[in-house]
Parts: sequence; structure tokens; C-alpha cells
Amino acid sequence: MLRLEGLSKRYKTGDQALTDINLVVPNGQVMALIGPSGAGKSTLIRCVNRLVEPTKGKVFLGDLELTKLGSGALRRARRKMGMIFQEYALVERLTVMENVLSGRLGYVGFWTSWTRKFPKKDIQEAYRLLDRVGLMHMADKRADQLSGGQRQRVGICRALIQNPDLLLVDEPTASLDPKTSRQIMRLINELCAERGLAAIINIHDVLLAQMYSQRVVGLELGNVVYDGPPDGLTPEVLTRIYGEEDWEATIEKVEDEDEDEIGEEIDAISSPTKPEQKTIVASGES
Amino acid sequence: MPLIETSDGPMWRRRATKKQLLIWLGWLVGIAIATYAWQLISEKTIWFFVEDAPRQAADIGTRMIPPKWSYMNELWRPVWDTLNIATLGTVIALIIAIPVAFAAAKNTTPHPLVRAVALFIIVSSRSVNSLVWGLILVLIVGPGVLAGTIAIGLRSIGFCAKLLYEGIEEIDHTQVEAIEATGASRAQQMLYGIVPQVLPTFAGVGVFRWDINIRESTILGLVGAGGIGLELNGSINTLAWTQVSMILLVILVTVIISEWVSARVRGAII
Amino acid sequence: MSDTSAANPGSSGVGITYPAKWKKPPLITNPTLRWGLILGFAIYLALALGTMDVNWGRVWEGLPRGQRFIAAFFPPDFSDSRNVVWDGILESMWMAIIATVAGIALSVPVGLGAASNLAPKWVYLACRSIVAGSRTFPEVILAIFAVKLFGFGPFAGFIALSIGTIGFFAKLLAEDIENMSASQAEAIKATGASWFQWVNYAIQPQVMPRMIGLSVYRLDINFRESAVVGIVGGGGIGATLNTAFDRYEFDTAAAILLIIIGIVMVLEYASGYLRKWVQ
Repeated sequence: MLRLEGLSKRYKTGDQALTDINLVVPNGQVMALIGPSGAGKSTLIRCVNRLVEPTKGKVFLGDLELTKLGSGALRRARRKMGMIFQEYALVERLTVMENVLSGRLGYVGFWTSWTRKFPKKDIQEAYRLLDRVGLMHMADKRADQLSGGQRQRVGICRALIQNPDLLLVDEPTASLDPKTSRQIMRLINELCAERGLAAIINIHDVLLAQMYSQRVVGLELGNVVYDGPPDGLTPEVLTRIYGEEDWEATIEKVEDEDEDEIGEEIDAISSPTKPEQKTIVASGES
Repeated sequence: MPLIETSDGPMWRRRATKKQLLIWLGWLVGIAIATYAWQLISEKTIWFFVEDAPRQAADIGTRMIPPKWSYMNELWRPVWDTLNIATLGTVIALIIAIPVAFAAAKNTTPHPLVRAVALFIIVSSRSVNSLVWGLILVLIVGPGVLAGTIAIGLRSIGFCAKLLYEGIEEIDHTQVEAIEATGASRAQQMLYGIVPQVLPTFAGVGVFRWDINIRESTILGLVGAGGIGLELNGSINTLAWTQVSMILLVILVTVIISEWVSARVRGAII
Repeated sequence: MSDTSAANPGSSGVGITYPAKWKKPPLITNPTLRWGLILGFAIYLALALGTMDVNWGRVWEGLPRGQRFIAAFFPPDFSDSRNVVWDGILESMWMAIIATVAGIALSVPVGLGAASNLAPKWVYLACRSIVAGSRTFPEVILAIFAVKLFGFGPFAGFIALSIGTIGFFAKLLAEDIENMSASQAEAIKATGASWFQWVNYAIQPQVMPRMIGLSVYRLDINFRESAVVGIVGGGGIGATLNTAFDRYEFDTAAAILLIIIGIVMVLEYASGYLRKWVQ
């Protein structure tokens, strides 16, 4: 369970990114965080694992107060928080396997990471995760040889091999095409369900947020302006979050498209481990 | 681009009057400095020699042809020494330059004070030419290849470290952030997030500097620091012009080959 | 972590055992080539170190001298009774300035001629060979010959540095002209401008800012090199430095080195500032 209490962040430039945020994310809940650019979505999830240092307020993961940890304890706490990034943020010149294994860095010493001699258990788990996302055959490829969707899957593996209690997901679909975006969102959803993980997903796309989350939080200028179920996102609510726009038409139109596409897509990805399906996924992306 | 009102209506000029004046003033000062500098230099010149120079040049030119081909037998060893000075010097420089570069890069330096020291090391190493380093080292460790190697090494530290730390500062930070988010220590972040990104730069800089060092090590012998420059110095002092032309030819070929090798290797890396 | 696979019946994790070993694939996949390169480099290193004759006795003898040299920097002694240091520095400065001016003046026609989109074929080839010729040999070797021809003193250094400047500047100028925007040049040509008007209006504005920056950079290089041409008799601070070392005057040598470092730092900063200002 993640609990934010009065979390605020003001950057050195004077920009107030977050103002007094109070949120509780129970275990197993996938929470979408929506809002216009600059609303503070990225800052919020970075304040949780303290890649960005909050100015005020407290963050609890379970009973542990993250905001008062020293650097060593913070590193240990970060192992329990997997993060997935917007532009994948894979280390491009390392192999896929090294990228996945880098999720275990918090658990091994410097010498092990230098020689790449990770524990057998970790390597097996890395292979299992790569197989789960259909990329087992890519283990020895360099990360920059992969397509966008494949890279994001590796990013997901890197987060999951940490064996986290919480996933922090920053715009996972921002640089992917619509179809791949859905596959990735579905994958994240499935994996969260499998492991009972809590997740915060920053996302631009309101529709994806509605489809793949149990709860939506709307941010506007660093304030929570909506917190409720996905189907509570009425045009009025969207106007409050994003400002005036003809929301009715947008929602309707896109939702129609959805229905058609989802049917065929579910077949393609719901069991990505069957060999014949795997090839479909792979060809769809490359 | 102002318009200026005159009695014949508006006139176009390229620049405003004040700016134009400043530019003229700049030229005037520049010419004055150059003239003054020229006067000082010419005062210290014996013009008789200068007038005689074309005849001398023609004289030396004819004496240099044809090169003394048989002299090559005595040149293999100096060429080998020159190659070693350049290569070992580059290796030494890289070994020292890597920690200096990490200390000098804004995003990896442990402390601003350490950064200042690292930057000072870089500037001092770059400002002093390898021939001057050679001069110093011949005094300390005695004439020979060792002095040359250390001289090349000391001179190259600054060059390599400067290019390396600029490379380190230009890396993609989100990749490092991603490693940091897994709970990795600072050393591990460096190993997984930074080193893979800058490795190609390191290799490129090393080869690039090696190419330059081949050139520089050909002249180190002039101050006694080993290599083919020693033979050049000796031949010029004894006015053995056919040997001089042979040495110049060998230097030319060495430089061309090293340039070709370095271009090929850099092409393969990038 | 093993429990996660059990809790995941939909995935293929069940029943399959995954490899427990993984090795990073080597950079060079061909093993023969890889080991050949490693072995070759090892042999070279052994040979290079083996053939390097070092007179360790001489090194040992020299160490106190090295100590004395380093001690001369702490603190440096700038009090110089005979003013030779400042005379040398000034001479170097004037030499660098005049060599830069003359070198650039000469390299403008050469650079224009060495641009393939500007000059006829035979001019191009002639100018390119001038550039290649002056780039091949380091300034020091040029200086040795200049000293032989013109006698000791700053004039020889001036000639050597000017020739070096031509090779450097003309090459960059020619490359810049070759890379400039062809459409702008064409537009001016289309107005019926003469060749000189064309160069003045179409080419000069495009290459000027970079050339101003480069000339300051070259002044910086020429100053540094002037310290070296002096060692072979080309005048300037190099001559002073050489004398200081010959007489084991480490105090003077340390002062000279520090002054050189200081001036180079100032020049580097100034050229960076000027380049920003021009662009």
C-alpha cells in the first residue's frame, strides 16, 4: 500500500509542481494518473521513489516512511518499486539480458555487477520474464536493435525482476503506436493482476486510462481535481482537468473504434506464449 | 539596416553610423597592433640572411636529392621506437585520463573542488607542448625512449580527458535515472548507466590521439627524447642533407599510414 | 520469486526450466579474430617494453632533479631580475600575432582556390597540394628549416608559424565554402553579379562568423607553438625556456610554464567568448 500525505514539490526555478497531495493506493490497484502536460504527473511518481526530492509531505510504502530514509536505506527501498519509463530508458548499448538483469542491481554487490555473474535464480527469472513477454530469443541482442514495443517490454521486465510491491509507470505509451500502446497497457494490467501489484500509471491518453485502470486520478496544476472510477470521467470532469473542449464527440468516436479493435487484439496477445501467436505479435511490431 | 535622411531623400546603409565607426576602429587597432608587431620582429632580423634565403633554399633543395636510400637500414629501429613512444604514451594517457575525466564531468564529479583540480590538470597538460615536456623529462630521467613516452603521455592526458569529460556530460540522463530507480548504488549506476554510453567515445578518442601522437613523437628526438627525431637532428647538424630527405620521407609515410589506420579503426567503432 | 510463476498458470513458466547461466556475448564474435587480436596486442606490448632500453641508474640520479623542479612551483618565483622572461613572452606574443595575420591573409586566396565548387580544376589541385604540403610536417620541422634559411631569431619562427597557419586555415575555409548553402550562392549569381561580387555577397557572409572564431583559436595555437619553435632556434619564449633548462634554472622554467598556462587559459576563454558573441 502506498500513502502520500501532504506531498508538495516546488522546483528551484520557483515552479510549484505539486500542492498538498493526499492519496492512498491499496495493494492490487492500478491507478491511472491523467492531466495536461505540466500538471505534475511525472513529478508525482518521481517523488515517490525520490528521483525528485519532495519539498514537503510524507510518502509511505506499507509502514516504511520513504521520505525520511538515508541514501543507503532509500536504495534498499527502491528495490521494492519498479519503474517503467516514457522513452523506455533502456541502456541502449547493453544487451537485452543486461538491461533486464540491471533490475537486480540493488540486490547484488559491485563485483557481481562488474563481472555480470548474477545469481542463477536471477538469470532464470530474467529468462522467464523475457519469455513471458515474448522476447526470449532477443536476450543477446543489443537494446538499440529492438523496436519501440519490444523495448518497452524489456523495460517492463527490468521493473518486474526487482520483485516490486509497487509499479511506477511514466507515460508507457507516449512513443508507441496505438495498437502497441494497448498491448503494452494490457500487459502491464495482466502482470499487476498476476502479482497483486499496486501501480500508478501516468498517461496522456484518457481512453487508455479508462480501459486499463480501476481508478483514475486527475491532476491539474499540481492539484488533484478528480479521484474516482474510470466511468466517472464525464465531459464536465475532463473540462475541469484539461480545460474547455468538445469532449462528448471525442469520447464517443474513439470508443467506437475500440470495440472493433479490441476483439481481434485480445486473441493476439492474451496468450503471447503460444508459439504461433508469438510470431503474430512480433510481426505486428517490427 | 537603417535608412538615413539626406537632402536627396532617404539613403540606405548597411549598418548604423555608430556601429560602422566601431568596426572601422576595430580594423584600425588591429592594423596598428600588427604593424607594431611586425616592426619588433623585423628589428631582430638580419635581413641579409633573409635576402640570401631563396638561394640557400635552392642549394639545400638540390643537395637533398636524391634521398640516401641505403640509410633506411639504420632507420628501422628509430621508427620502431617512434611507434612505441606514441602507442605506450597513448596507453598511459588514457589510463590517467579516464579518472580525471570522471572527476571533471559535471554529472559524475564527486565534489566541485575535485572538479576544479581535474580541470586544472587538463589545462596544464594541454598548454604545455610535448616538446617542452620532453625537454623537462630528458633532464629528469635522461635522454631516450622513456622520456619521450612519458612526455607524450603527459601531453595527451589533457586532450583525452577533455574530450572524454565532454562525452560524459553529453550522455542520455534518463538511462542513468532508470538504473538509479532500481536501487543501484552510485558505482553501479556508473557501471551500467554511464560506462556503456561513453565507451565508444573512449575508443574513438584513444585512436584519434594515437594518430596525433605518431606525428608528435617524430619530433621528440630534437630534444633528445628518443625516436626518429634524434636521427633528424643529427643529420641536420652534420649537414647530411640526403639523410635528412630520407628521414622526412619516412616521417611522411609513417604519418600517412597512421592516419589511414586511425580512420579505419574509428570507422569500425562508430 | 518462484511463487510468481506458480501463480501464473497462463504463462509458459510452468513446466519449462530456464537456463541458469548467461554470458555476455563477446564484442568480436569470431573467436579466432578475437584471440588473435588479444594475443597480437600482448606480443606487441611485450616487444615494445622489452626493446625500450632504460638507463635506470640515470633515472635514479635524475629523481632529485625532478624533485627540485617540482619544488620550484611551490611557490613559483616570478621575480626576474633580467626581465628575460617577459621579453620572451612579449616576443612570442608578437610573433604569434603577426604569424596569424600573415597566415590568414595568405590562406584566404589559397582557401578560395581549394574549394572545389569555386575554383577551376587546376587551381583547385594546386591549392590543395599547398594545403597538404604545409599540413604534413609539424611546425617544429618547418622551424628547423626556417632557422637554417633565415638565421636564428623570431623571423624564422614567424615563417614557420605562418606556413602552419596556412595549412590549418585554408583547409577549414575551403571545407566551409564547400559545405555552404548552394541556394544562396545561386541566388546571388542569378542577379548577374561578377565573380568578386559573388564571393563578397554570397560566400563571405556565410563563412565569416566561423572564420573569426577560428582565427582566435589559431592565435591560441600559434602562441602555444611559439614556445616550441623557440627550442629549435625560432626565438620567443621557447628560446628563454630552453636556456633556463640548459642552465638548470628551474625557478625561471617553472615561472615560464605557469605564465604560458595562464595566457593559454585566458586566450581559450576569450576565443570561446568571442565565438559566442560573433554567432
